[in-house]
Amino acid sequence: MIRDITLGQYYPGDSWAHRLDPRVKIAVTFVYILALFLIRDFGGHAVAAAALGVAVAVSRVPPKFILRGLKAVFIIILFTFTLNMLMTKGEPLIKAGFIVVTKEGLYNAVFMGLRLVLLIVGSSLLTLTTKPVRLTDGIESLLKPFRRFGVPAHELAMMMTIALRFIPTLLEETDKIMKAQMARGADFESGSILRRAKNMTPLLVPLFIGAFRIAQDLAMAMEARCYRGGEGRTSLHELRLRKQDAAAIFLTAVFLSFILLERWLSPLWFDI
Amino acid sequence: MKNVRMAHNGTDIIRIENLIFEYKREGEAAPDRAVDGVSLNLERGSFTAVIGQNGSGKSTLAKNINALLLPSGGAVYVDGYNTGDAEAVWEIRRRAGMVFQNPDNQLVSAIVEDDVAFGPENLGIAPDEIRVRVRESLLSVHMYGERKKAPHLLSGGQKQRVAIAGVVAMRPECIIFDEPTAMLDPVGREEVMEIIGRLHLDGVTVVLITHFMDEAALADRIVVMDEGRVVLDGAPSSVFRRADLLRKLSLDAPLAVELAERLRGKGFAIPDDIINTEEMVEFLCRSK
Repeated sequence: MIRDITLGQYYPGDSWAHRLDPRVKIAVTFVYILALFLIRDFGGHAVAAAALGVAVAVSRVPPKFILRGLKAVFIIILFTFTLNMLMTKGEPLIKAGFIVVTKEGLYNAVFMGLRLVLLIVGSSLLTLTTKPVRLTDGIESLLKPFRRFGVPAHELAMMMTIALRFIPTLLEETDKIMKAQMARGADFESGSILRRAKNMTPLLVPLFIGAFRIAQDLAMAMEARCYRGGEGRTSLHELRLRKQDAAAIFLTAVFLSFILLERWLSPLWFDI
Repeated sequence: MKNVRMAHNGTDIIRIENLIFEYKREGEAAPDRAVDGVSLNLERGSFTAVIGQNGSGKSTLAKNINALLLPSGGAVYVDGYNTGDAEAVWEIRRRAGMVFQNPDNQLVSAIVEDDVAFGPENLGIAPDEIRVRVRESLLSVHMYGERKKAPHLLSGGQKQRVAIAGVVAMRPECIIFDEPTAMLDPVGREEVMEIIGRLHLDGVTVVLITHFMDEAALADRIVVMDEGRVVLDGAPSSVFRRADLLRKLSLDAPLAVELAERLRGKGFAIPDDIINTEEMVEFLCRSK
């Protein structure tokens, strides 16, 4: 179930997109998402889709893999689509009892649906081509200038690093406790939702105690290895901007100007 | 740095003077005294095993050596630095590294090589130098091939070797192992002990906290603790000769020592310095 979500799942590879500096990739994704919200008509969507197509091709991530990530959020897309279609007032197109589909509604639904798909595919491309650990490095580096305003850049990155390290460990622990409690007659699978939630108690309590014990051990191990916060710390993976990063930034700028140009030039298909 | 480094003769890297450590528990009037007046000097480059039952204070003693715990009484000096001196803490911890019992709970990063780099990164070492150190230390524990892997995919013994590499990358003069093999299978135990032995040969001062006698037998000095005090201290052969006392502390002498003692009881002459199975086998095969 959890495995279906492509967000946060790295697709191993050594493509041009994989090798980009994580900071650049984060910034590019950010600009891309921003651009999606600047788009006013399908012409803009066509530009964004074309750019995304190029990015996917460059990343060498199989499209099948990307679509699998969409599947997990399919319900949300469907929900948005339906709501937009039914709730927008305007010129009626189809009438079936109290259900009225308007022309504007249909337009809105397709428009919003497309925006969501482009948004999800675009952002999952970032996590597909960047190892979570490198992503953390990138976030830390990007947030550093904001430390002055009290943004705990290093602490956030360290928390993410530790979370990434211990998610599999805690999953294993959960599995172990679950089996142990099932052997003692615990039932996690039947009954109403309320009943099942209540039955989770014998799972959650040992899990929390275990997590606290790990935290205590880890804190001591980190201190023993001279950890004293981000001050004066160096990094094995220095982030350095290279030619390809400059190229990516340039291409993103081109993309953004296309989107802006399209927004400027094209007349709205019809006014909403 | 203005901390006062005590003049010392240079042969002892760790000096423990009448160390007392008490755990203060809330709601309890009397604190729990875990270490009760221990004095020890550990020579540079030596290999010392500290053994004792659960609750004998051996782990508490270990954590006092690198200032993870601070003495309630007495003092601990590492390479001349007093652990009670707040400014010397980092100097002490970079000199006296520590490997803990649970292999899962001491690795920080989701990638092996990043984890090994954690210590050097904390010391502010230049990235190029870190890369060299990570490579060297991973090679020394035979884990270089796994450098890109995630720790949760490794076996217990492999994780513990990565933890050792993480400490070795800081180039400490002394490494304290706090029951490093307690949670490992026999194969993992052997791998870890082999590495500890090699580190010692490379000149690192080793302090091994353990309750496995056959591991302690590899050391050149054994300190036996009970109820926070040192009850025996000496070369393995002399410590194992006190089998009666060891048994009273619920500690068993290694199989070879036990066997030698029984054979002596039957009138065979077995040399005192035979303390491990290999030596015993060799001796028995040679004797007629």
